[in-house]
Amino acid sequence: MPFQGVDFYDTESLFAEDERAVRDTVRRWVDEAVIPIIGDHYVQGTFPLHLAPKMAELGLFGANLPEEYGCAGLNNVAYGLIMQELERGDSGVRSFASVQGALVMYPIYAFGSEEQKQRWLPRLAGGEAIGCFGLTEPDFGSNPGGMITTARETADGWVLNGAKMWITNGSTAQVAIIWAKTGALDDPQSIRGFIVPTDTKGFSAKDQKGKLSLRASDTSELVLQDVKVGRDALLPKSGGVKSPLMCLTQARYGIAWGAVGAAMACFAEAVSYAKTRVIFDRPIGGFQIQQARLADMLTEITKAQLLCVQLGRLKDRGSATPEQVSLAKRNNVDMATEVARETRRLLGANGILAEYQAMRHLANLESVYTYEGTHDIHTLVLGQAITGLDAFR
Amino acid sequence: MKIAVCIKRVPDTETRIKIAADGRSIDESGVKFVLNPYDEYAVEEALRRKEAAGSGEVVVIALGPDAAQETIRTALAMGADRGVLLQADARVLDPSVIARALVAELRDGGYDLVLFGKLAIDDYHHAVGPMVAELLRLPCVSAAARLELGDGKATAEREVEGGVEVVEFPLPAVLTADKGLNEPRYPALKGIMAAKKKPLEVKPVTLEAGGLEVLELALPPERKPGRILGEGPGAVPALIRALRTEAKVL
Ligand SMILES: Cc1cc2nc3c(=O)[nH]c(=O)nc-3n(C[C@H](O)[C@H](O)[C@H](O)COP(=O)(O)OP(=O)(O)OC[C@H]3O[C@@H](n4cnc5c(N)ncnc54)[C@H](O)[C@@H]3O)c2cc1C
Repeated sequence: MPFQGVDFYDTESLFAEDERAVRDTVRRWVDEAVIPIIGDHYVQGTFPLHLAPKMAELGLFGANLPEEYGCAGLNNVAYGLIMQELERGDSGVRSFASVQGALVMYPIYAFGSEEQKQRWLPRLAGGEAIGCFGLTEPDFGSNPGGMITTARETADGWVLNGAKMWITNGSTAQVAIIWAKTGALDDPQSIRGFIVPTDTKGFSAKDQKGKLSLRASDTSELVLQDVKVGRDALLPKSGGVKSPLMCLTQARYGIAWGAVGAAMACFAEAVSYAKTRVIFDRPIGGFQIQQARLADMLTEITKAQLLCVQLGRLKDRGSATPEQVSLAKRNNVDMATEVARETRRLLGANGILAEYQAMRHLANLESVYTYEGTHDIHTLVLGQAITGLDAFR
Repeated sequence: MKIAVCIKRVPDTETRIKIAADGRSIDESGVKFVLNPYDEYAVEEALRRKEAAGSGEVVVIALGPDAAQETIRTALAMGADRGVLLQADARVLDPSVIARALVAELRDGGYDLVLFGKLAIDDYHHAVGPMVAELLRLPCVSAAARLELGDGKATAEREVEGGVEVVEFPLPAVLTADKGLNEPRYPALKGIMAAKKKPLEVKPVTLEAGGLEVLELALPPERKPGRILGEGPGAVPALIRALRTEAKVL
């Protein structure tokens, strides 16, 4: 039976026909291509890379970028619904698309030259090239402005040196967007973005072993040792730590929707289990404790959904602020993690199995809680927006 | 190659059907509507024929309420070139009325092939396709599971009880699609965006009177939940007793 979604407040009526059509296409594809295989990939610790060509064919990469670069040209609400459905499958699959679209294609679109856009965007949209985004370093996570990766200008281009940690798609990618300092190490304004083909001499990637979360995703460490690239590798319009943060705002927007998808998957599982699992001669859904669990889940999912729709409409109007995106990422990921945890508990022993979805989503969401700005960091972003006082340092 | 595909907007198979207060129609509030699944095979087949020929036109035609424009756009998103809505607000249950309205649109269209799904999942008539063929005096192959086009003629296969029937027929012709004719494509996102710009003509139609009247609709009786009588061979006597005395099937 195809996924029915969660819709207690007739959010359906808030979506236009083409937005619903986009969601239904992705929903159907996730039901058929992702759900049946994702548990095994998760247990094996492999990303289902065979899904990439079909994702490209459907138009899922950089779907909110313009058609002239081979993208689908969707609005931000339709884009959000894609992320919702992908993460309903698995956060790893959504992460793959988020990185490709919001962290690789978007910076090329926003900071690249016309030539770079023509060269890379159609290939990335078509899945002929997979990309990764290298910002975080071993000693610089929440404080990327402190990074120590450098790019030094030479007669005919740039030489990059440094290491990047926790890079999604790092070992899979043919191209990396690398952020590095072109000036003094204490000058975050000198951070610029570079398009680096991963087969360039001196570039290496190593799979991060031992993950207990986002297991169906490639997370890697990148090492750049005297990596020489031409002048055309520089993203000319990038400048300062603000540039990578702009990319993160795009990705976080998608995450806010994605979290709703993961929560919907868990809620559907919880409801179905609650109605069928009979203990003490009746379905556990008939006990007040489980009903309270389900009522809380439905309430929180509904609130998060409405948050997303309005945020999407603001983004389409061009007026969404990074702080509004922070609020949605922070609220929705936390909400989804709680829903996954409560579902896992409602399922009893079955809840710990890969055959069910809750524990996989729960473990995944712990990564989502941390990446793209930790929950705490978004708390500080909101705190600053409210008080005007910076509590970061 | 000019191909017409006649499509219908039907309630989603997952929808819980409620009968309206008049007892003769369904309550459409809250019902999700989709492109009739058998019509998806017909649309896909038309698109493949056009792609194989390298040129041509695929026209989708629906008879239905204004909301059926969405159904037409689903087919346009899959790749059809243009759509025609024969707009009629009444929910028509008489297949001959539908067939006559479609024929009026199809007759002078110059189509090489007119495709239908073999049935609509809401009324299960299996009738509109063959009726249209009869009214147009064209050959008709119903429930085709394979199609091969030649020069001015075609071959189709039908899955009949215990075997396969192979039929040859001249073009133009009417064909109704069975499951298995192909694997319908998903409307890709670019297709969904492109569909918004494709021509969709809305033609209000006045339906002729039909010969069929729906007196009553009823839902199938609610199935009682199952009961586990026990486990292993020890449970067999109780099962036999229940099948005899309660279910009365032995
Ligand atoms: C699976 C996965 C995939 C990732 N993919 C990518 C990727 O593709 N590209 C990329 O560049 N990065 C990626 N990351 C990195 C991610 O963005 C960082 O992990 C994140 O920014 C946090 O950095 P950190 O892990 O170094 O934690 P730290 O910054 O060391 O934080 C540790 C703890 O301290 C808290 N903290 C930090 N600063 C403050 C403060 N001022 N006040 C209060 N508390 C604070 C944090 O909230 C956290 O709880 C990924 C991470 C994971 C887990």
